[in-house]
Amino acid sequence: MRIPLSYVLKRIGFLLMVMWTAATINFILPHLSPKDPVAEQVQQKISSGGLSAESAQEMQEALRTLYGLDKPLWQQYVKYLWNTFRFDLGRSIYSYPREVMDIIGQTIWWTVGFGGTATVLAFVIGTVLGALVGWSKAPKFLSALIPPLAMFSAVPSFILALVLIYFMSFKLQQWTGGAFYFPLRGGYSSETIINIADLNFWKDVIWHSILPALSMLLVSTGGWALGMRAMMVTVEGADYITFAEAKGLKNRRVFFRYALRNCMLPQITSLAMQLGTIVTSATLVESMFSYPGIGNRLGTAISQFDYYTMYGIIFFLVMGIAVATFIVDMIYPFLDPRISYGS
Amino acid sequence: MGKTKGFLSYVRRNPALGWGFGILLALFLFTTVGQLFVVRENAYPLKVPVNKPPSAQYPFGTDSQGKDLLAGMVVGTGMTLSIGMIAGVIGLGVGTILGFTSGYYGGIFDTVVKFIVDVLMTIPSYLLLLLIATTVTDPGSMKTVEMALILSIVSWVGPTRTIRSQVLSMKERAFVMMAKLSGMSGIEIILKEMMPNLMPYLAISLAGAVSGGVMGSLGLEALGIGNRREPTLGMMIYWVRYYGAFLRGMWWWILEPVIAIALVFIAFLLISIGLDEVANPRVRRKV
Repeated sequence: MRIPLSYVLKRIGFLLMVMWTAATINFILPHLSPKDPVAEQVQQKISSGGLSAESAQEMQEALRTLYGLDKPLWQQYVKYLWNTFRFDLGRSIYSYPREVMDIIGQTIWWTVGFGGTATVLAFVIGTVLGALVGWSKAPKFLSALIPPLAMFSAVPSFILALVLIYFMSFKLQQWTGGAFYFPLRGGYSSETIINIADLNFWKDVIWHSILPALSMLLVSTGGWALGMRAMMVTVEGADYITFAEAKGLKNRRVFFRYALRNCMLPQITSLAMQLGTIVTSATLVESMFSYPGIGNRLGTAISQFDYYTMYGIIFFLVMGIAVATFIVDMIYPFLDPRISYGS
Repeated sequence: MGKTKGFLSYVRRNPALGWGFGILLALFLFTTVGQLFVVRENAYPLKVPVNKPPSAQYPFGTDSQGKDLLAGMVVGTGMTLSIGMIAGVIGLGVGTILGFTSGYYGGIFDTVVKFIVDVLMTIPSYLLLLLIATTVTDPGSMKTVEMALILSIVSWVGPTRTIRSQVLSMKERAFVMMAKLSGMSGIEIILKEMMPNLMPYLAISLAGAVSGGVMGSLGLEALGIGNRREPTLGMMIYWVRYYGAFLRGMWWWILEPVIAIALVFIAFLLISIGLDEVANPRVRRKV
């Protein structure tokens, strides 16, 4: 299988344009607004009683120089683009001089862990379930699962998170007399020591990630199942399925090798389209659970008026999605040899 | 009268549409007729005793700020729905204009529109909203209209995409060719020939844009970005978390906005399933 070079170049060009657009929006918006991140941060420090008026003035000047805000606008823009493309996202202004990249590096793995697991599980379960419901030889009772899953898929996952917190954590604790309940918040118990070599730490982490993951899982499984079922109904009527059955192939083989494989392509396309939604819902779910991932960190940055961290995290997430979309675009020709990329 | 009857008998064949409109109508009545029965002021802080579970006097209970939650829900549901409505209508309006002109006329304008839409489809709208909302306004004391206008910055992308692709395929159909040959102008063809045929798609786009707007407002407000003085559904979620309603077992305060939000989204889901059947009657779905 050969992918034409023009297709690859086009996708790379698109990726670069998305990066440039995101970086430029990130640069221009703050300059259009009447707000001043530095002044606001200093104001916060004054109101929390940590600064006197004179030292505040001094600090403001110093921060301006450090962030290069005293230079002409075009120099700032060029420097900003250059830094961004080297993945240098600047420093936090709330907890100066921590680098934003450093903050991201500490939090992203939590998000990838629970969000990634939930997404993969939802995709696999939803796809198989939807395929079975659409397949006329599968047990009929499965189709009873579709209406509730469709209902779940309509509700935002962070709203479902609230319901889960209430019933699975707070109420379960009351019903079982405190013997069995899921954690209310956080990524690990406060008394657990973070040690990636320790099995107990991992158990604790998984235990804490169940509810956040479940709130994403329940919401997205339905969407995958509905899409897959619609595809399956169409594919089952295709000639090659009839032919495979006429050859006397086993049902299992027809299902997996003939029907399922052909239904997978639209599913993978919509996985690529859904990446943004998945990241969005993960960030909000994290905030509901105060989970130590990047989404909750973004919420914290907003509440701390820490604009540089906020811009950095948003840019990083947009990049992640753009790169992931690019990768799916590159894999796609291998999955579907029928598509021609000539034009 | 005949039209109502026609609609009712159609809904019998398309129950999803009926249920969707039914739920939406119920929410609409709750928030409009409801205002006749509650004291609007009680939806704001420091008006009633705090932390009271549902009782005869306060059927929905009260929250930690001293709001009567029945009044809060009546006022807040209406606010959240109207935020979504404004953002959705603006989104559909812009989307219709851009989708029809770029799809029908093509050319460099179409290339530009398609490119911008593709880029904005890759950048998650929520992150863009977060960026805009925190930068250009004061998070925490944004006006309700401002919120709707900010949401409409992204709400046109989906409708533009849907309408443009429908126009592209309809452009090649015989009746459009016929109209062109008979000397109709582009505007006339768009308004008289294509628009009526795309009505179901416009309706689907509107439903999507409105529910997208509601979703965006909830996401922002859940993080405290919005008008903290107003009892919108998203702000209620913010206060639930702020005051730790979970740890205090204030179930009424948690479940009421959750149920209202779930009803809104389920209504829009059912409406779009129902409209999908109007648009493609051949694809009979059995949800």
